Amino acid sequence: MSKQQTVPIIFNHVRDMNWPTLNQFLTATALPIVGIVIFLGLWSLMAKNIDTSLGQFPGPGSVWQQTKVLVAEHNTQMDKADKFYARQDDRNAARVAKDPSYEPKIRAFTGAPTFFEQIWTSLYTVMVGFIVASLLAIPLGILCGLSKNAYTAINPLIQLFKPVSPLAWLPLVTMVVSAVYVSSDPMFSKSFITSAVTVSLCCLWPTLINTAVGVSSIDKDLLNVSKVLRLNGLSHVTKIVLPSSIPAIFTGLRLSLGIGWMVLIAAEMLAQNPGLGKFVWDEFQNGSSESLARIMVAVLTIGVIGFALDRLMLALQRKFSWDKSAVLR
Amino acid sequence: MNNLKLLSSLKLAVKSLRVGVISTILSGSVIATCVSAQELGWPEKEELKFGFIKLTDMAPLAIAYEKGYFEDEGLYVTLEAQANWKVLLDRVIDGQLDGAHMLAGQPLGATIGYGTKADIITAFSMDLNGNAITVSNDIWKEMKKHVPHEGGKPVHPISADSLKPVVDDFKSKGKPFKMGMVFPVSTHNYELRYWLAAGGIHPGFYAPHKGDTSGQIDADALLSVTPPPQMPSTMEAGTIHGYCVGEPWNQQAVFKGIGVPVVTDYEIWKNNPEKVFGVSKGWAEKNPNTHIRVVKAMIRAAMWLDENNNANRPEAVKILSKSQYVGADYEVIANSMTGTFEYEKGDKRDVPDFNVFFRYNATYPFYSDAIWYLTQMRRWGQISEPKPDSWYKDIAKQVYRPDIYAQAAKALITEGKANAVDFPEFATETGFKPPQTEFIDKIVYDGSQPNAYLEKFAIGLKNDTKI
Repeated sequence: MSKQQTVPIIFNHVRDMNWPTLNQFLTATALPIVGIVIFLGLWSLMAKNIDTSLGQFPGPGSVWQQTKVLVAEHNTQMDKADKFYARQDDRNAARVAKDPSYEPKIRAFTGAPTFFEQIWTSLYTVMVGFIVASLLAIPLGILCGLSKNAYTAINPLIQLFKPVSPLAWLPLVTMVVSAVYVSSDPMFSKSFITSAVTVSLCCLWPTLINTAVGVSSIDKDLLNVSKVLRLNGLSHVTKIVLPSSIPAIFTGLRLSLGIGWMVLIAAEMLAQNPGLGKFVWDEFQNGSSESLARIMVAVLTIGVIGFALDRLMLALQRKFSWDKSAVLR
Repeated sequence: MNNLKLLSSLKLAVKSLRVGVISTILSGSVIATCVSAQELGWPEKEELKFGFIKLTDMAPLAIAYEKGYFEDEGLYVTLEAQANWKVLLDRVIDGQLDGAHMLAGQPLGATIGYGTKADIITAFSMDLNGNAITVSNDIWKEMKKHVPHEGGKPVHPISADSLKPVVDDFKSKGKPFKMGMVFPVSTHNYELRYWLAAGGIHPGFYAPHKGDTSGQIDADALLSVTPPPQMPSTMEAGTIHGYCVGEPWNQQAVFKGIGVPVVTDYEIWKNNPEKVFGVSKGWAEKNPNTHIRVVKAMIRAAMWLDENNNANRPEAVKILSKSQYVGADYEVIANSMTGTFEYEKGDKRDVPDFNVFFRYNATYPFYSDAIWYLTQMRRWGQISEPKPDSWYKDIAKQVYRPDIYAQAAKALITEGKANAVDFPEFATETGFKPPQTEFIDKIVYDGSQPNAYLEKFAIGLKNDTKI
């Protein structure tokens, strides 16, 4: 009797174990592939039928082609940079021979930044802007969440500035940065500061609001525990408030980073600051027959990076969140 | 090991240099030139950033960079494309750029305070000609009926007489006839106005003293500003019916099949001065050696561009078609840079002097060129008050600096990198070209008499007329 029952039980177990994993496999891997394949198909089909004055709209093939060209351009530029440094050494040596008081200096390569250097510039800028914004927004959000009065005081300002487009801020930021940030040997370039400040201004708000909401909706029981233990202000924030509002804060941070990335591209385009946005604009202005394909490469790159940044934040959230069972997506 | 080799070869070089110096000391006449060459000191500023707009006439900058002429002068230059002429000028004024490829009218306009007021000077003229006027396909279809033909092809130069009926038709239907140019003080604005006015089409006046800087008072054709690279797409969108711009944006219209270039500026005024290399006066005073060295490098680049009857142009086009410079397709840039110009699709004609970078003293900053731009500013009301002839000359001398150019050229001659015959006779050059006769309307321009010149025009301000 017992044996007879065990077999179906094991069988059931096996079935319960295997089928969902295959299902999961299908859903996790196969479906996205199907989606991508359909997208690529539709894309190349559409591309063939759109004729612009710069030639046919680029299909996946020509985009891949341009990706390879961009990699090749990067490599040639790196070669040129090596030669530039070699020449510079020679020149410095020659000058020191003629003019011994001269202190030779190694200057950075003066060639145009390649696509990959532009990616790096953009990433770096968005991270700086985002970190500055977060350092401001999280404490301010906690303050708003803890004190109803502070919230009432700050809320109108949040509501006023939250919907402002980055492009409206940009002229003001540009002028203020050029007026205020004056130094003979600046550590950062003005364009970098302008972009980073614009990013900060725009990605401040989601973090601020979400932190405030998260902090103000902490479980009453936890607050009571804090009261019973007579925790002082600092311990109350670090032991009770922060841990329990981590999910909300991270939701805000993820939104902020997403917004920051979008804002940065727009700002770079408008202000002509180095980065992916400038790459796109320059290519648009070039109007060569490859321009559209190169812009498409940039569009996909921007998308992939945005996605990667979001995943990065999700991973961080998983690491910091106390509630490991929460479903995060 | 390699370093050792390098060092020893360097020592050898120094030694042979010494021998060379001793031998030159023996010939007394050479000493003087040798001393003057040594007078040109090291650059005060070695890392420089220059701005440019994506046009083929930025070529001297790209060539001076790519051929290492800047580095030969000990300068480490970064070239950066700018979004439009206003951004470019503002960045030169506030010091983000050390210098830039500028419209000839920009240093003049800035100095007299039209637009942003700032002291900008130029010691190097970048090129002659290089612009054209393009109209959309629809306008060309109408215009073509009035253009005289010979052997099935339109006779060039096409004057605006053939555009006048089209504009009149627009006016009678109450529709605005709009054209694009690249900047209020740009060569293109004045050339387009000159061409239109020569055909009896009023391009409109400016009245800055009344706060009207649209330049559309009394206009038959409404002109507005569009950045050069956006010209073709703006015309394609129907916002403008035609434009005046530098290359490659006219040839781009032919390739895209959206418009037809009707006249080049070479036909409007043969060998007219085009872009200049502008720096702020403050910068030039602080970095005199650097400035001379920059001009030296650019003279060499200009020489290279015109060498052996444009033999280097294909290579130049290849460089310009890189995405960090002009970035348009090789064929599009090559069309005009290699001495031809395509009007209607298939109607390709020889215009060997469409882009001139060095011959005819193209790089020398002539006062008379500056004064021509000032007369046009007065003609169209950008200068609202009448000015005496002496004022025109004073402004020209304030902005155009042939003295700096001469120092650079002499240094090159001493170094054996250039020949004295290729430059004006510096000792006697007055900076005024002899009266020029080759305008599309046959009116003669004498730079020494700006007010008398203005009186010759049927359309435009003259004497003490005011808006």
